[in-house]
Amino acid sequence: MKSKIAKISIAALAVIGLSATVANADTLSDTIAQGYVKCGVNTGLPGFSSANQAGKWSGVDVDVCRAVAAAVLGDASKVRYTPLTAKERFTALQSGEIDILSRNTTWTETRDASLGLNFAGVNFYDGQAFMVHKSLGVKSALQLNGAAVCVQSGTTTELNLASYFASHGMKYQSVSYDTTAQVRNGYESGRCDVMTSDSSQLHALQSTLKNPAASMILPQIISKEPLGPVVRQGDDVWFNIVKWSFNAMVAAEERGITSKNVDKLKATSKDPAIKRILGVEGRLGANLHLKKDWAYNIIKQVGNYGESYYRNVGMGSPLKIKRGLNKQWKDGGLLYSPPFK
Amino acid sequence: MAVYKKIESKSAPSSSLGVMHWMRENLFSSPLNVALTVLGIALILWVIPPFVKWAIIDGHFKGTTRADCVGDGACWVFIKMKLSMYMYGFYPAAERWRVNLAYVLFITVVLSFKYFKHALPKIIVTVSYFIVAYILIRGGIFGLEGVFYNKWGGLLLTIVVSVAGIAFSFPLGVLFAFGRSSDLPLIKSLSVTYIELIRSVPLITVLFMSAVILPLFLPEGVTFDKLLRAVVGLIIFESAYISEAIRGGIQSISKGQYEAADAVGLSYWQKTLLVILPQALKVAIPNLVGIFISVVQNTTLVMIIGLFDLLAMVQLTSSDSHWLGFETEGYVFVTIVFWVFCYLMSIYSDKLEKRFNTNLR
Repeated sequence: MKSKIAKISIAALAVIGLSATVANADTLSDTIAQGYVKCGVNTGLPGFSSANQAGKWSGVDVDVCRAVAAAVLGDASKVRYTPLTAKERFTALQSGEIDILSRNTTWTETRDASLGLNFAGVNFYDGQAFMVHKSLGVKSALQLNGAAVCVQSGTTTELNLASYFASHGMKYQSVSYDTTAQVRNGYESGRCDVMTSDSSQLHALQSTLKNPAASMILPQIISKEPLGPVVRQGDDVWFNIVKWSFNAMVAAEERGITSKNVDKLKATSKDPAIKRILGVEGRLGANLHLKKDWAYNIIKQVGNYGESYYRNVGMGSPLKIKRGLNKQWKDGGLLYSPPFK
Repeated sequence: MAVYKKIESKSAPSSSLGVMHWMRENLFSSPLNVALTVLGIALILWVIPPFVKWAIIDGHFKGTTRADCVGDGACWVFIKMKLSMYMYGFYPAAERWRVNLAYVLFITVVLSFKYFKHALPKIIVTVSYFIVAYILIRGGIFGLEGVFYNKWGGLLLTIVVSVAGIAFSFPLGVLFAFGRSSDLPLIKSLSVTYIELIRSVPLITVLFMSAVILPLFLPEGVTFDKLLRAVVGLIIFESAYISEAIRGGIQSISKGQYEAADAVGLSYWQKTLLVILPQALKVAIPNLVGIFISVVQNTTLVMIIGLFDLLAMVQLTSSDSHWLGFETEGYVFVTIVFWVFCYLMSIYSDKLEKRFNTNLR
């Protein structure tokens, strides 16, 4: 009897051992070998990462994963998405369950320096803002003295709110809720005059109100939330690939390369900068250990940054978030890709 | 001579008959009852009509887009369009017949239990069902396309986690129950330690351990399926509770049964499997079903580690920017599905109890 039990338990251990996968420090080779990019995304954030009824993921964060898949494997659809909650996201990256974390993660000093992670860029400049009922007649956050503010409890949002009002010598009454949906309901039912959250969230919530036009988002941004893709420290080849895959999307917009005209430009363009990006000239792909047409694949299959923004969160989506800080540097925004040379 | 006139029999006074009587007896028998009745009726009137108005009278059932839901009513179009997500998650549409086949087989197996007299064929059928169902849903061999666990979601995931949780924690629970009642000090103390340790932490802690802390202890680069980790966590947790329910059953068996089994010369295993366990399980059925139902409900906790069970699907589907703001409809729908499943389990357990009620006393 005992030996039987021992045999069974050894067999069970063997099964568990088989289902474990072993990854090493060479993420690029592993990714090519397994044929897909392992990407961690949000469990559901409108415009950033969400799935439609057919189970297809989309969003600006998802597009970063797709861009890397297009660059490495030549096919933007070869991504295995792992939806992650805020608590487990860094563990998943550290343990190798995923190779890119593209989950609206704010780039902070602590995270960058102490968690063994590298931020590969910023794909969305967000910040905390206020939404008010238009009937209040308020045009600036500085006029909010004495207002009742709906806020999600236990978040940095709450702290930013407190410090903003304190630093401007204003008073407010906080009405806190557990989830963003409750915050919206509180605001809609008139429990508070003002609602505060990240600007992108406010736009998403505004579109769900019964009468979106009766509310407005005030221009003041009271915190910095640079959101970007993250990779593990110690694999610089992979770090470079993720960084430059995103940069390719930004540079493509700057140079006017879109998914529509990329084929034409590749065949006819005389601009050396465009030729280098699209791999017609130079050895930029080889520098990244990728094929020559890596950036062409990104632009062709995912589109440039502007296209991704437009379709997921911009005017082409129900969220209709203005570009704001996410404009190209030459249009007064913060998007600035280092040169493709 | 006095003449006695026959008095026709009268029916009982109206106050002790029919609806009026029932209402007097049950609803208005004392001032407290009157107050409670009025309060209850007021509550029903306060809650039900607005709900019916919202859900049915003003509800939107036709259409395919958000634009078809105008006004205040519930938007069931949202559920209709997202139904496949609620049922199968990301499971590829072309392969969903495999899941449906596994469901059909499951019902067949449960219904076929009636025709088996002995435990052994039941166990064989159950175990082979699990192997077949796993191969069907996971695929990857026999020409079936492999569907990795991150594509499983919605009701499918809830059922997989519940069934796997129940199926594995039950035998484990039986083992620990006998371990705890054992005379061997080592086995007994191990069982007691396990049960008391697990029962002293909340399930959410066990799940976080399995999702967040366990991967850090594993050698670098070695990862397990997140689903496997969650299911193992659930099994570890529930087996401790199941073992205590079964131990309650074991303790209810009179000493005479043990002595009789010893007297006819049964070995320890024969005594346990043929005499004690069947009687103990019969006593433990109500408790066990209570635990099984709570397993089904506990599966919703897997959402905190980023798995999309039925409940978590509400969050995902309502974050689609084309369908923002329909959480309420999602939660109502999920509530109904959970109610149906848990109620079916209750009915099934009721039937089991009646069937096994050979009466101990």
